[in-house]
Amino acid sequence: MKSQKGISIALHTLVTGAAVCTTLIIVGIVLYILCKGIPHLSLNLFKLKYTSENASLFPALINTLTITLITLLITIPIGVGAAIYLAEYAHRGSRLVKIIRITTETLAGIPSIVYGLFGFLFFVTTLHWGYSLIAGCCTLAIMILPVIMRTTEEALLSVSDTYREASFGLGAGKVRTIFKVVLPSAIPGIVAGIVLGMGRIVGETAALIYTAGTVAQIPPSLMGSGRTLSVHLYALWCEGLATGQSYATAVILLLMVFLLNTVSTVLEKTIIHTVTK
Amino acid sequence: MRRSILNKATSTVSERTMKIIFLLTACVSIAAVILICIFMFANGVPAMAKIGFTNFLFGMKWKPSLDLYGIFPMIVGSMVVTLGAVILGVPLGICTAVYLARFCSQRIYQLLESGVQLLAGIPSVVYGFFGLTVIVPTIRSLFGGNGTSILAASIVLAIMILPTIITVSESSLRALPSGYFEGSLALGACKERSIFFTELPAAKNGIIAGVILGIGRAVGETMAVIMVAGNQAMLPRSLVKGIRTLTANIVLEMGYAADLHREALIATAVVLFVFVLIINVLFSIAKQRSESK
Repeated sequence: MKSQKGISIALHTLVTGAAVCTTLIIVGIVLYILCKGIPHLSLNLFKLKYTSENASLFPALINTLTITLITLLITIPIGVGAAIYLAEYAHRGSRLVKIIRITTETLAGIPSIVYGLFGFLFFVTTLHWGYSLIAGCCTLAIMILPVIMRTTEEALLSVSDTYREASFGLGAGKVRTIFKVVLPSAIPGIVAGIVLGMGRIVGETAALIYTAGTVAQIPPSLMGSGRTLSVHLYALWCEGLATGQSYATAVILLLMVFLLNTVSTVLEKTIIHTVTK
Repeated sequence: MRRSILNKATSTVSERTMKIIFLLTACVSIAAVILICIFMFANGVPAMAKIGFTNFLFGMKWKPSLDLYGIFPMIVGSMVVTLGAVILGVPLGICTAVYLARFCSQRIYQLLESGVQLLAGIPSVVYGFFGLTVIVPTIRSLFGGNGTSILAASIVLAIMILPTIITVSESSLRALPSGYFEGSLALGACKERSIFFTELPAAKNGIIAGVILGIGRAVGETMAVIMVAGNQAMLPRSLVKGIRTLTANIVLEMGYAADLHREALIATAVVLFVFVLIINVLFSIAKQRSESK
């Protein structure tokens, strides 16, 4: 009996200790970056032109937004379409569906640097696009495709079949049912997935260095090279001069990720709410 | 009457075209995987053949200026930092998952869970930067040397794989039927003992799947490792000395590499790719086993 109690206390301490440790790590990282970075946030960092004196992150910020937008424009139609096929049309267990699942899982597991090299070999070299935003966007679009597909499919599957049956009963065809009934009810889940994908785009570095390049200005067109915030942070480290600005860039990145996370969580809660209702 | 027939005809046509469009979008992922395989292998394998398969994989020296392309030190490097990350991160992750799944109140759960999600979302460069400004100097002052080391890379990677391990372990614990726990309690075991000696073994396969997923992350991680690992292309000498991983090798030299050197880097990526494919297969086996239970 006594040893039972001993084990119990020991295990309890272990588990609580681990939780405390994890909490300390999370709080530690976030607080450290915020404390070090916020004092360095100045108007100089938001100058339109990057020079080595001001190390402005504004061009990188704009590039990040452009790349995120274009990537989403490419990947959402494909990802959502694929998810619709998997959830609404495909026969479960068919060979094609199996292959699609295996390939999406493979895509999800490929390291970002391999994507970067593929983008470099295919978009930059073979298609002669050069280092350009669009090459970066296409690379990232393939990279986040599995995220969009998985979350959209889950959202579609969580829509109750009574919706579909009611729509068929009213005489609507399959396509109409999908676009007018199923998709609208699955919107929160789909958007949550998209926001998750945005988080990955914003945080990506390795896939972009050799596709979108590292030029620190806003390119005149999508065919020009430009660096995102994450690449900017990496480039600052390579140059090894602007430590203060690096902290500030890290703060902006952290804030963006935090914002995207919150939006995604809130949306997920909305689905649970509507589904249980 | 005629109009409705016409309507019906156009609607079946649009039904069919839409179905085909959806099917095509679903096949994009297949096309992408095939393209990636073709481009990586077509560019990497000839270089391996040129350098010599064993010279490349088991060569001890990486000196592009002398046309020596042996990536064995990098393979070992990737394995060592991943192993370090697993040793540090897995116990911590599993224990935290147990706490989240079985011990904490709703309020703490919500806070900690969103914290874990935030951890999962932090970009790898930010981790690298954190490692560089906090962990590396600490190691430097404790052990001497310049701080960028296997230990630093392992710690950073352990933090990075923590969210994966916590989420997967937690959900496989929660997916267990309550019979395990209750049965163990009924036999007189206390709560903690029931969890550790009946529930954790029962959730083993799910947890292993999570660990494998984490290993995949760690092997493929690039930016954070570059910033803290020191990047010397040598076999590991001690925990507090530097090392170079496969991923780091690619990013560091791709910018200026040409000809055979460039192809050797692509071949490095092929090796990495094959590693990750193997890890993926292991992961899906583990997942299937946990689901079939």
